[in-house]
Amino acid sequence: MLDPKIPARPLQPSPDRAHILLPLELRRLTYAANGKRVIDDLDLTIAERGITVIMGPNGAGKSVLLRLMHGLIAPTSGEILWGGHSMGREIARRQAMVFQKPVLLRRSAKANIWHALGLRGIDRGEREARVIEALKLAALEGRASIPARILSGGEQQRLSLARALSLEPEVLFLDEPTASLDPASTLSIEGLLIDARHRGIKIIVVTHDVGQARRLAQDIVFLHHGRIAEHQLSESFFAAPQSEAARAFLAGGLVL
Amino acid sequence: MADLTEAFHTALRLIGTLDPKLIGIVLLSLKVSLTAVVIASTIAFGLGGALAVYRFPGRGAVTATISALMGLPPVIAGLFVYLLLSNTGPLGVLQLLYTPMAMIIAQVIIVVPIVGALTRQACEDLLEEYDEQLRSLGASSTAIVRTLLWDGRYRLITAVLAGFGRAIAEVGAVMIVGGNIDHVTRTMTTAIALETSKGNIALALALGIVLLGIALAVNAALMGVRRFALRLAYA
Repeated sequence: MLDPKIPARPLQPSPDRAHILLPLELRRLTYAANGKRVIDDLDLTIAERGITVIMGPNGAGKSVLLRLMHGLIAPTSGEILWGGHSMGREIARRQAMVFQKPVLLRRSAKANIWHALGLRGIDRGEREARVIEALKLAALEGRASIPARILSGGEQQRLSLARALSLEPEVLFLDEPTASLDPASTLSIEGLLIDARHRGIKIIVVTHDVGQARRLAQDIVFLHHGRIAEHQLSESFFAAPQSEAARAFLAGGLVL
Repeated sequence: MADLTEAFHTALRLIGTLDPKLIGIVLLSLKVSLTAVVIASTIAFGLGGALAVYRFPGRGAVTATISALMGLPPVIAGLFVYLLLSNTGPLGVLQLLYTPMAMIIAQVIIVVPIVGALTRQACEDLLEEYDEQLRSLGASSTAIVRTLLWDGRYRLITAVLAGFGRAIAEVGAVMIVGGNIDHVTRTMTTAIALETSKGNIALALALGIVLLGIALAVNAALMGVRRFALRLAYA
């Protein structure tokens, strides 16, 4: 049961807040590691709200692109603009990210969320309320005091997503969040993402799973060899992919 | 052989009756080493955590030095502190030579590299796993150090226990800077050395048994902490 003294509060930012950071513009973006251009002179504009899915074969640069957008790594050259502003600390604070393998601290489920809110400077009273709300969202109220790292794989990823959402981000990145989860856990993660989208959070998710892309995407960015092979609304992408690479990928072929 | 058996019996009686002389030496040893370990750990946690997280010129050199000092012969630490505290030394005015404080200083110098190197290693291992997540959450470097130290708490406890084991068993440094003065700076190890050379095997044996017991207890605690941490997936 929730403590009645703590007022229930909505987890969402006001519906328009995501618009402040949008559009996201990547201009002639290049990221090279060990002499290899993982992201190669890439141009992309994401103006749509809702869920953007980034797809592409292994090694296309999907994870790197996500990290560049979130500011975890710096581009070798080119520009990243959020709502016309250069990527920086202030913008990163309004974003959150969920990784493929959930990174949970060696503390209880509850303490993991508490810690993240503390890092963002949320004061204690507010923190308590947000922790409870986030645990409820992830259906983990009953597991609050359990060491996070002995939760099941699905629970760990739900916790990691709930932690990200508790920060009330305007933009949420996810890097193959369900790659190692069973169908039931995948479904609950997708449910949380659809909820979050309805609350106005811009979501950018990398996935390998074509079915997931169909279920979630508003628009699809198809990446190949560090470049955008195509960027389309979901329906048109799946109805008639324009690029050779995407056609082969969707047909279940091996894309090199 | 009969002498030895008798000495052994006397030793057990000294322990069993809580002989005041024996207890005095044991308590002084514990006081010195525990104090040294508390001070050294406080320094070493900050040092190890900072070395794992901050990037600065000379970081590699500091890390290498600390690792090398892990194997520092205690006698050398003793000699260093002796020179520091002797009447003609830079800190001679403090008149600390042949006091428990001198022994604490020497043991701090011995323990800091041990706990520091183990702390740095623990934090670096954790950072490899946490780095992107913590940066995504917007953690400052100081906040990252704090997070790593807390999440590495079980490894830090084992590091502290290792440091304590080294300090309590160490003889060379405390002998040099403490002087093995009865009731003042006579620790278990220096007393064992002295009593053995005087032929007072019984007291030496009794102290040896207590020291061995402490060493075993520290090891048992080490294993217990590791097992506990593993069970919570906190290792």
